[in-house]
Amino acid sequence: MTDQPAGAETVPAEEDRAFGFETRQLHAGQRPDPNTGARAVPIFQTTSYVFEDPESAAAYFNLQEYGNTYSRIMNPTVAVFEERVANLEGGAGGVAFASGLAAQAAALFTLLEPGDHVVSSSALYGGTVNQFKHVLRKMNVELTWVDPDDPGAWRQAVRANTKAFFAETIGNPGGNVLDIETVAAIAHEHELPLIVDSTFATPYLCRPIEWGADIVIHSATKFIGGHGTSIGGVVVESGTFNWSNGRFPVVADPSPAYHGLQFHETFGTYGYLMKLRAETLRDLGGALAPLNAFLFLQGLETLSLRMERHVANAQAVAAFLESHELASNVTYPGLPTSRYRPLVEKYLPRGAGAVFSFDCAGGRAGGQDLIRGVTLWSHLANVGDAKSLIIHPASTTHRQLGDDELRAAGVGPGTVRLSVGTESVEDLIWDLEQGFARVAAAAGEKVATA
Amino acid sequence: MTDLARYQDSLTIQRVLHSATTIAVVGLSGNELRASNFVGYYLKRHGYHVIPVNPRETEILGETCYASLLDVPVPVDVVNVFRAPGALPGIAREAVAIHAGTLWCQFGVINSEGARIAEDGGVTVIMDRCLKVEHARYAGRMHWLGFNTQRITSVRSGLQ
Repeated sequence: MTDQPAGAETVPAEEDRAFGFETRQLHAGQRPDPNTGARAVPIFQTTSYVFEDPESAAAYFNLQEYGNTYSRIMNPTVAVFEERVANLEGGAGGVAFASGLAAQAAALFTLLEPGDHVVSSSALYGGTVNQFKHVLRKMNVELTWVDPDDPGAWRQAVRANTKAFFAETIGNPGGNVLDIETVAAIAHEHELPLIVDSTFATPYLCRPIEWGADIVIHSATKFIGGHGTSIGGVVVESGTFNWSNGRFPVVADPSPAYHGLQFHETFGTYGYLMKLRAETLRDLGGALAPLNAFLFLQGLETLSLRMERHVANAQAVAAFLESHELASNVTYPGLPTSRYRPLVEKYLPRGAGAVFSFDCAGGRAGGQDLIRGVTLWSHLANVGDAKSLIIHPASTTHRQLGDDELRAAGVGPGTVRLSVGTESVEDLIWDLEQGFARVAAAAGEKVATA
Repeated sequence: MTDLARYQDSLTIQRVLHSATTIAVVGLSGNELRASNFVGYYLKRHGYHVIPVNPRETEILGETCYASLLDVPVPVDVVNVFRAPGALPGIAREAVAIHAGTLWCQFGVINSEGARIAEDGGVTVIMDRCLKVEHARYAGRMHWLGFNTQRITSVRSGLQ
């Protein structure tokens, strides 16, 4: 009988093999569905799961057995996505969330208590700045902003109650490249985890865990999904951080939210991830929808192919802008003139991503005229779509920030952020030339009317 | 330094998982919140005959508890160790004496002398690996919670 489920005994043994990235982006986390043989990942659009018997149900809720209970906590389609990203990043596992910001909040919430302190890079996505400034403050968590490029600043900011370092692999939108190995070493000197938002790099361009980072966060909305269809996020943990070092009673001590379970002692490598799922995701919600997980998996299947094209186009567009008289301060770290060039060669040898900014001549009005002049680049607040995107941060994504915070985030009044897509690159450059023509024309009108 | 990779071969792990029926758990705790109890419960649930070895208890997980491996009255396929690394040489000698098939040492239970004693006595050694995790990786449902099983396969296989 071939249509009967086979026992584990009949499955051919699998040898250890270091499969390549392109193989893993297609296969990791999934095996053909045992019931139907479906080759694509099935979309398990279900809220809940029938238990075999009361003892099994109890075992699932007690975490004594890996089992599905409720899709706020786990879902088989979402699990394929979580394992695939964890595999590509080289982590112990992943937990997915309804957005990148939900993922980030949950990653921090799992290890923080009121009265704690976090040291963060100041060169961050505006949404993250808002979350840290306002939500962490409401939780009575203190924050110190540091220049991510200054190792001494990280070290000096550590206090007795510090619980984590936070930074972006490639800063949004300023293009700062984090010296991951150095900052991770400083964090580890103080027995702290380094948390890295690696959204702009994707695991194809950089795998922060290989350089010492402990937790990696992605907004899957961006390059992982790759087609601008879905909002979601994921947290990957290395499994190697010692949460029982005395600094993290919230992870190591018996949990009042889980009948006295000591997550790190009981689950070891998987302790933080278990707590992140079984407590934080369970209690805060913010679960990723199965259909969105499926769409992210479709994106991951072509991640390497898209990223190769994204970085090639970004390199060409950055070179064009660098030579254009109406553009200055092109922050693409892949440019030969970038001060981040040595860090790019070390951490991002396949390319420095596809999101960067530049300053358009004419300040605020110039940036807005450029956006009015383009017809192929899409004016919207997102990055990491296969389609090229353009935005003026000072009037949109970074609008809530004061001038000092804008400067700290590397944003000026005329700054324009690009997310370079996978179109024919000559069309992208043609369109930017249309935009600059409009900037020049508007500047000319001003001169004429002055 | 113990050469751990030598004791973590994936084909050996799968052979042990698929051929074993009786597993003696040395240091199995009666406390339901301890890792050893989680592992013992899980193994029993998946059809293995679990034999607790713990001198301080008489019965754990509904199974008769023995003070030492030498007291276990039936053949043992796997000796699964949840003890401090220093206890391993003595446990390895007992595993050899009862002709156990495999000495499986949990995360952190690393002792090269213990490994050598077991190997010299013809006992297969797995070290610094969790029996529950490896079972869940190859035959169970570890992938349902987003953990990185590191498995890559297009073979259609059993209900997990």
